[in-house]
Amino acid sequence: MRAINIRPSRGAALMLGCLPFALLILAYLVGSALRLADNPADKLLPSLTTLATSIDMLAFSVDRRTGDVLLWADTLASLSRLGLALAISTALALVIGMAAALLPIMRALLSPFVDFVSMVPPLALLPVLFIVMGLGEVSKVALIVIGIAPILIRDLTLTATALPREIIVKAETLSASTWLIGLRVVLPQVLPRLIDSLRLQLGPAFLFLIAAEAISADAGLGYRIFLVRRYLSMDVIFPYVAWITLLAVLMDIGLSLIRRRLFPWAEGAR
Amino acid sequence: MTGITVDRVWKEYGDQIVLENLSFEIAPRAFVALVGASGCGKTTFLRMLLGQEVPSRGRILLDGVPLPPEPGPDRGVVFQRYSVFPHLTVLGNVLLGPELRANRLTGRSFGAARRVLVEQAMQMLAEVGLAGAEAKYPAQLSGGMQQRLALAQALMMRPRVLLLDEPFGALDPGIRAEIHALMKRLWHEVPMTVVMVTHDLREAFGLASRVIAFERPRDRPEERQRYGATLTKDIAIWPPRVAGGQTMYDTDTLARQDDLTFARAAAGTTR
Repeated sequence: MRAINIRPSRGAALMLGCLPFALLILAYLVGSALRLADNPADKLLPSLTTLATSIDMLAFSVDRRTGDVLLWADTLASLSRLGLALAISTALALVIGMAAALLPIMRALLSPFVDFVSMVPPLALLPVLFIVMGLGEVSKVALIVIGIAPILIRDLTLTATALPREIIVKAETLSASTWLIGLRVVLPQVLPRLIDSLRLQLGPAFLFLIAAEAISADAGLGYRIFLVRRYLSMDVIFPYVAWITLLAVLMDIGLSLIRRRLFPWAEGAR
Repeated sequence: MTGITVDRVWKEYGDQIVLENLSFEIAPRAFVALVGASGCGKTTFLRMLLGQEVPSRGRILLDGVPLPPEPGPDRGVVFQRYSVFPHLTVLGNVLLGPELRANRLTGRSFGAARRVLVEQAMQMLAEVGLAGAEAKYPAQLSGGMQQRLALAQALMMRPRVLLLDEPFGALDPGIRAEIHALMKRLWHEVPMTVVMVTHDLREAFGLASRVIAFERPRDRPEERQRYGATLTKDIAIWPPRVAGGQTMYDTDTLARQDDLTFARAAAGTTR
């Protein structure tokens, strides 16, 4: 039988999916044991006990200096920046993207500019943002928005303009105005793609968040990682990285569920 | 009432002449089939009737008034594909037109107003044989059902002219015969003029009251650019088919009626 025709059963598929994770953990444990046997003071690959102690200290005990539980304070700070930035980017995408998609005049006005701005490397703008907007929250949120909004806008415009022309003409014969075509015909058909697009931009959004926090912040997941890196505190960095990844994965799954719940008709089309 | 007047209409795209010097009249309540080889401009002509394209020269009048340069609710349309909205249920698709017409800001009806529209929509769905499929999405319907839905959706607006662009071209022969019977019945019952583009001559002669053929009189390769297609044959079906009436050749349509609509048609229709 050809390899392309061999399909794993459900159980086997689950096992196969877990295998890389198990291998990664195993590799870590072996590497950690070997290094610690060589030098008990090694900080690069801390043992499980050390990790557990650190996690307990970060996630379940109050920090004596700030009076907060560090992990939760950092998570709250980071997620509120990220959430605000994602909300602003989505709103911008809806307003600018829909205007450019529906109205040829707005497309002529906005598309070249958005295409141009989307090519500016956001991290190169970071110093400018910090200088112009100060070191507070605004510059961090602005960095994420500048990083992901142009991509969301372009993707939404492309999706909307790729709708068959017949759909728009049909809506016109059903007495729809430009506004109603946007509201009831084009918007509902681009929203599922907007959610997917947002899912794809979660990675870049976290990247920009951590980059901004690394340079200037007093709380946040990225701030903590870059703070403790001076002391080679891998026992803090590893749990933080795992936690950030978990947050991103959960957001991705959440958005995917929302999409499936709100737009059942879009499942068959993919 | 004068139906549709086509007055010295030309259509050019840059240097390419597609249609040249079309002049004819379409009587009210006629069922015109437009036939011709691929690329002879029949779809372009339909788009001009629709308002999706504007003639380069000449004009088209509907009941003596020049057509506005964009599509509107007085001209309904069914395309071969993409005629229904994939994000709305069957009921939502049929409701959309009336809802949009009544609510210019939100595009949605609520409460009692919605109940009235839903009742009309359900009647229309029963009329085209889609009763029971209200909650499905178009992707869950067969091609024939989707075209029935597209017809129902267009007819909800009570258009004066119904434009069909190869609407049944992609359907299986059996399904096509059923939907032909439905189309014939709708033309008899609904006060509208029908213009249908088709490449199927049997369909054209089987349904229409008049068959019009577009052809390029000069079709040598070096002539194709500068000479467009024009009206070459204009055949009135004999004995004449009259909307609302039946000729001796149509008596067999009842027997071939698909069973979904048969009972209703036999008992007398709702309109």
